[in-house]
Amino acid sequence: MRWSVVDPEVADRIDRLELDFGRDGFDRYGVSKEELKLFMSLLKVFYRRYFHVRTVRIEQVPDRGRALLIGNHSGGLPVDAGMLLASLVLDHEPPRLAHGMVEKFVQAWPVVNTLFQRCGQFAGLPENAVRLLEDERILMVFPEGARGTGKLYRDRYRLVRFGTGFMRLALQTKSPIVPFAFVGGEEAIPVIYHAPLLAKLLGAPYVPITPYLLPLPRPVNCEIYFGTPLRFEGTGTESDEVIQGYVDQVSTRITELIDEGLAERGVSLERPRA
Amino acid sequence: MRILITGVSGALARMVAERLAQRGHQVIGVDRRPWPDAPKGIEIHRSDVRKRPVEDLFRTRRPDALVHMATVTHLSASREERYRINMNGTRAVWDSCHAYGVGHAIFVGRHTIYGAAADTPLYRTEAEPPLASSTFPDLADLVAADLFCGAALWRWPELTTTVLRMVYTLGPSRRGTLAAFLAGPRVPSILGFDPLFHFMHELDAVEAICAAIEKRPRGVFNVAGPPPVPLSLLTSRTGRKALPLPEPLFSLMLGRFGLPKLAEGAAQHVKYPIVLDGREFKRATGFEEAYDEVAVMESFRWA
Repeated sequence: MRWSVVDPEVADRIDRLELDFGRDGFDRYGVSKEELKLFMSLLKVFYRRYFHVRTVRIEQVPDRGRALLIGNHSGGLPVDAGMLLASLVLDHEPPRLAHGMVEKFVQAWPVVNTLFQRCGQFAGLPENAVRLLEDERILMVFPEGARGTGKLYRDRYRLVRFGTGFMRLALQTKSPIVPFAFVGGEEAIPVIYHAPLLAKLLGAPYVPITPYLLPLPRPVNCEIYFGTPLRFEGTGTESDEVIQGYVDQVSTRITELIDEGLAERGVSLERPRA
Repeated sequence: MRILITGVSGALARMVAERLAQRGHQVIGVDRRPWPDAPKGIEIHRSDVRKRPVEDLFRTRRPDALVHMATVTHLSASREERYRINMNGTRAVWDSCHAYGVGHAIFVGRHTIYGAAADTPLYRTEAEPPLASSTFPDLADLVAADLFCGAALWRWPELTTTVLRMVYTLGPSRRGTLAAFLAGPRVPSILGFDPLFHFMHELDAVEAICAAIEKRPRGVFNVAGPPPVPLSLLTSRTGRKALPLPEPLFSLMLGRFGLPKLAEGAAQHVKYPIVLDGREFKRATGFEEAYDEVAVMESFRWA
């Protein structure tokens, strides 16, 4: 028998994904069944043993068909995205693969760009997003973008400005929005400083520096709170004011979910009331 | 129908000519290069598309349709020659189509005109701008030829123009751009990059061109077959060995040590994918590929 790092539970759940893989185990976007099994096995270790991720109301994510997962970025590195990805494969019935909309600078990085592609994490371009939604896939969007992961610890759990692109996408493709809150990431990777020079060298928007210097996550328990799907009527061509109004409804809902999570932990944050 | 095929001596064009003749069309072929053992039913003329004899063919034989396949790439011609053939040649035949009342003209183009870059959508629709002029300057003349034919759609509305942007073809003939890249025992790639490659079986490509002749769709169409596969899989499935090179070494090693010679800018095509959305063409013509991606790779490997 060949030694394998693939976790049997992960392998079984990846086999159950309702995606059309070709004879060689690739789908039409270049997602690889085998590499997904490897990557998910690694994520599972972090998911179960390191961050002890707990999900609340994950059944709110539809079993089939298109949807947009919209939530907060928590922590200085997109660990939250990885854990959300793992939650949908490991804890959702049936397992689903969420497609992340990745920052464009990542596409130019060797190795990482290929790994992301094979695991269904694509460049965050509207063309890619529309195509995936029309193909009844699940999209994972953090509308705070790099502004969100770039939050410093003192600003933890405060949403920064939401991009509005996701709302136009949802309206245009008539996709439900499933709001979620990720709680714990800010304690896992507390960022106290950004290294601008290093960031420039790497072509990244920022490089997080933690109190213990290395941008590595600490083993802090994390939770993901899902909300009931939100549906908005429209075409995606509405004026900015209308779209902003819808976006505010979503970000308010996410703030409520964050507060639910913080209350559970016995933490309360002062929030300026609008 | 009487069909004129330019560049008929090319590997794919020969197959198109034979297939059209089998389907009962009268085929007239033109090429500078010979086609010594051309089948009896196909009439061959040796001439340059920019020259008088070709215009004479339009005038005297009055073809119903044109399939323009007389374009060249950096693999076979110098820059000046390419501009003359691809741009002046294309212009000359479209002018003749207009002047002599040809009903339908097909430009057989390439998908590489979309250009490979880090920040493009994975699937390109016909609406995507062709970026190759900047990412791969040696394709600029083909970009221009493609857009010139697209402009013929409004310039001469009475002439039905079909512009086909076809993915790589691969098959037992072992001819074509991708076949040349895969020719040696080792296929170079760039360390850390494994882009999707989009290709179709050469016989499916022939079918697609025939479908375009018979259904006469007007406009610009991507022509794609089965889904794309990563370069690493393409390499192993065709029985080659992958040779991942660090990017700075890549251009130094090409053309040496049995590796294929590639133009400047080709590295982009080995780093990033060019993948087409071919649904519009399928809707317009009913074309469906007969070979899936594995069958295409196997047919090339075992030819």
